[in-house]
Amino acid sequence: MKFTEDHEWLQVDGDLVVVGITEHASTSLGDVVFVELPEVGTKVAKGDEIVVIESVKAASDIVAPVDGEIVEVNEAIVDEPGKVNEDPLGEAWFFKMKIDDVAVLDDFMTEDEYKAMVE
Amino acid sequence: MSDLISLPLDALHRELGGKMVPFAGYDMPVQYPAGVMKEHLHTRAHAGLFDVSHMGQVILRAADFETAALALEKLVPVNVAGLAENRQRYGFFTNDEGGILDDLMFANRGDHIFMVVNAACKDADIAHLRAGLPSDVTLEVIADRALLALQGPEAEAVLAALNPAVAEMKFMDVATVELAGAECWVSRSGYTGEDGYEISVPVAAAEALARALLADDRVMPIGLGARDSLRLEGGLCLYGHDIDTTTSPVEAGLNWAIQKVRRSGGAREGGFPGADHILSELHNGAERARVGLKPQGRAPMREGVELFAGEEKETPIGTITSGGFGPSVEGPVAMGYVPIDLAAPGTVIYGEVRGKRLPVEVVSLPFVPARFKR
Repeated sequence: MKFTEDHEWLQVDGDLVVVGITEHASTSLGDVVFVELPEVGTKVAKGDEIVVIESVKAASDIVAPVDGEIVEVNEAIVDEPGKVNEDPLGEAWFFKMKIDDVAVLDDFMTEDEYKAMVE
Repeated sequence: MSDLISLPLDALHRELGGKMVPFAGYDMPVQYPAGVMKEHLHTRAHAGLFDVSHMGQVILRAADFETAALALEKLVPVNVAGLAENRQRYGFFTNDEGGILDDLMFANRGDHIFMVVNAACKDADIAHLRAGLPSDVTLEVIADRALLALQGPEAEAVLAALNPAVAEMKFMDVATVELAGAECWVSRSGYTGEDGYEISVPVAAAEALARALLADDRVMPIGLGARDSLRLEGGLCLYGHDIDTTTSPVEAGLNWAIQKVRRSGGAREGGFPGADHILSELHNGAERARVGLKPQGRAPMREGVELFAGEEKETPIGTITSGGFGPSVEGPVAMGYVPIDLAAPGTVIYGEVRGKRLPVEVVSLPFVPARFKR
């Protein structure tokens, strides 16, 4: 698993990547009450704000970690936003994307590096 | 930047894992480890303990209650002199334009008036009182007492375990009661829509009282986050958001707090700042009204969201003044001002969120029925 400075985790499988948010991010957000996901087929560029998360406290965005195309989204977290707090690293993944250039994945942090950043 | 003021129970909040944030100049717990959602639901189901020591506690004294009451009536459009002993009432200071300077609670304590005002307005309120009260009324700012609120359906059972006398109190009754060894000024009131108590306790005894309450399994500490969602579901105004100097009491739907005796034809009609404007609005109606707003989708609509009469209309008709997620409603809830012809429950208007017009239904307040012990 790879981690971004925006508190996202990436599970890489070839040129497919599953994206979610870290435990640290879900705890800081507080109880999540609303999630809006991008449409499947959307071409996104790194840094695009593609997901809206609203918690009891505030609204925030999730950005596309890399350039690519959205190939699947997790409707279960739209129906039950609370899953983002319950299981952020598992059941509550946000979207899957096909990445344009797998080489960019080398730039992301390992779990240990991410843990060092948030500590 | 000015330094934040610590609450008397600061160390206890930190020990309980409170996440501290700046609020009205105070360093306050916005939530504890349970989180806003659980704290909110616990308060509606059991009992929640809130530290509201940031609020201002003020005493007005004169030769007798009536002298102080009639002096205060010059600043509020409310029947103060007619308030029975050991009863509390809601009111607000108005300005010359008929806007609201602050809202407050005041009680008849026999030989004096006890008032609680908002933290953010405290200094301005005290200056306003000093300027507006005659010299035979003295004002004392109470700085050596904390203020706790215990709210929820089990608040009575919890507090009665410390002193059974509190069970006899009805909504808006006030009494001096010994709790955990300290002389407390207790009112049966709160700002969550639930039954409960507000307790003014000497600072030196506040921690012992808070710990005694928290020792009861039915009680959970509650932060500002849930305090806000509870009062929003309760349809209660937050000063500086839902009411301010640009909103009149009539627009805000606070007519019920202006008793007949202060209205046109009443024995003590008018005589408060902005009386012409407010009395005329009471008679003729206001042009806009504060309403409950229920977004039809799931997206919360927060303060500042502009409201539109239609999906294509260009000019906003109003703004959301408070909004968020209502844990008991299990969906988004909001309040805001709309023109009077769009204020009827059932009217569908639109709020603009992230560039999209989303439907919102005008609904009656509160979102969750009040459960006061009348």
